[in-house]
Amino acid sequence: MVPEAEFDSYYGRPIIKEPPWKGDIAFYLFAGGMAGASAVLAEGAALRGLPALERSARLAAAGGAAAGTVALVHDLGRPERFLNMLRVLRPTSPMSMGSFILAPFSGLATAAVGSNLTGRFPRLGRLAGLGAAAFGPPLATYTAALVADTAVPAWHEGHRELPFIFAGSGATAAGGLAMLFTPAAQNGPARRMAIGGAAMEVASAELLQRRLGLVAEPYQQGRPGTLMKAARAMTATAAAVSLVGGRNRVVSAAAGATYVAASLLTRFGIFEAGKASARDPKYTVQPQRERLAGQPAGRL
Amino acid sequence: MGSLWGRLDDVAGDAGYGHQPGDHPPRMGFFTDTSVCIGCKACEVACKEWNHVPDDGYALTGMSYDNTQSLGASTWRHVAFVEKPLTTTDLGLPGMGPPGFDGYESGMPTGDEGADQGTPSGEEGVRWLMSSDVCKHCTHAACLDVCPTGSLFRTEFGTVVVQEDICNGCGYCVPACPYGVIEIRPEDGRAFKCTLCYDRLKEGQTPACAQACPTESIQFGEVSELQQRADQRLAELHEQGVDVARLYGRDPGDGVGGDGAFFLLLDEPEVYGLPPDPVVTTRDLGSMWRHVGVAAAALAAMGVASFLGGKK
Repeated sequence: MVPEAEFDSYYGRPIIKEPPWKGDIAFYLFAGGMAGASAVLAEGAALRGLPALERSARLAAAGGAAAGTVALVHDLGRPERFLNMLRVLRPTSPMSMGSFILAPFSGLATAAVGSNLTGRFPRLGRLAGLGAAAFGPPLATYTAALVADTAVPAWHEGHRELPFIFAGSGATAAGGLAMLFTPAAQNGPARRMAIGGAAMEVASAELLQRRLGLVAEPYQQGRPGTLMKAARAMTATAAAVSLVGGRNRVVSAAAGATYVAASLLTRFGIFEAGKASARDPKYTVQPQRERLAGQPAGRL
Repeated sequence: MGSLWGRLDDVAGDAGYGHQPGDHPPRMGFFTDTSVCIGCKACEVACKEWNHVPDDGYALTGMSYDNTQSLGASTWRHVAFVEKPLTTTDLGLPGMGPPGFDGYESGMPTGDEGADQGTPSGEEGVRWLMSSDVCKHCTHAACLDVCPTGSLFRTEFGTVVVQEDICNGCGYCVPACPYGVIEIRPEDGRAFKCTLCYDRLKEGQTPACAQACPTESIQFGEVSELQQRADQRLAELHEQGVDVARLYGRDPGDGVGGDGAFFLLLDEPEVYGLPPDPVVTTRDLGSMWRHVGVAAAALAAMGVASFLGGKK
């Protein structure tokens, strides 16, 4: 690969190393967001007396956390040592903090859905649900700090917007999944959460791409670019459809499924964009050179 | 918890070994003077021998004499080679011919100073850049900051080491490193990197690479002393007119607080595959958590708002 004229490189080789994570982690970003927001939806449904919405949201919260945990353990280099994640609590490590968010959330969400399905221990079940709802927003957003707290240019430079993209995407997925499985009579809040999430996600993603300059390129080109554009189109379509025909069960379900798929594509798009930005040395060198040029003596 | 960013004079003390004199040994590290490197790769071999590092492929890359390509899980010393063509416009860069050759007017010394690494080939010439790259053992080490299992830790010598019996291969350290040093070993699943021969340090010995280096390009010792030596060497080279020489990772005020293993380079860092202005990612962690907090609150508020205004 011939290095570009504007900067030097060592035979065009990457400077930093891309994360060794595979699709498991991109899926977890989706599942954690969806589960966290679902727990909030479930609590609201319980408080407002919407049992069908409550049940599907509780299942989504517990199921999402479980599937996400399986994906995380599978991605480890030494999966049998997964419990070492709880060995220390390290505030400088979003992954450490996240382990101590995911673990209690999973336990509480599972207890809540268990109680909901069996009808046993209803008060404890509601308490567990409340606990899960408290851990829900942290679960849906800490992963933004996780990917941003690296040297990966596309992620690190986006650390202000990514939490809002993740929150919005989680809300869209949670609302969408509930729209898929809840009768129209009770899915109003799910539709509203999905639309709110869509607005937050699209606005934040737009802000990210404008602010990042050169480092926004990985989000716009190649496979990541395709994924991001498709996700945005699907989110917008689902929002429009649900605004118009949301009361109809079939339309609502179709919109819901589209929301969920869009959220998944967004996570994979962001994941792939990060890896692409790590591979090309220009995304590391050029911003750093610009930063140095802004300083009086160009310190090394 | 300690400081995460900025100048830090007692690295081991900040990591919990105590701040009183004698609580821990002085900080040890490397000063790699690339102006005297001859590209023999004894450092690569010695490191692999001593640490039983497995082979990571036999490739013929065409990257000059560099078939190792980069630091990684199974390469803890990597010698980089760049053949920079000398142009007929003499920019005063180091160049050398056979003894007695004085075809260049810049007055470069020939012989055993080692500062000049050019060799004429044809009418122009080639300036060789050779550097033995290694883990920087940063003052503010991002790999250490993000490790969720506590596997990565700061030793009493101020170095950064992976505990292989704890690492579960989560891979978070890999993208966190601003220099692209640490990596997951494919068949093994765990993360590996230079230990600065922690086992040898405990016995008062010199790390294998420094021990093997025939030109003392790799100098091992107390970091404070190495810094003085490096400053002197830089002044010497500048006096000789080698203006391209610069120190890299020496400045405790830089983005990682300075490196335990720092360098004297003869060109821009990116020419060697090094980041021009590395910053520990943890510097921005406060801002990251704040933004996460606001986003989480916004999500909770959105949840509440979704239930206002009727069931449908």
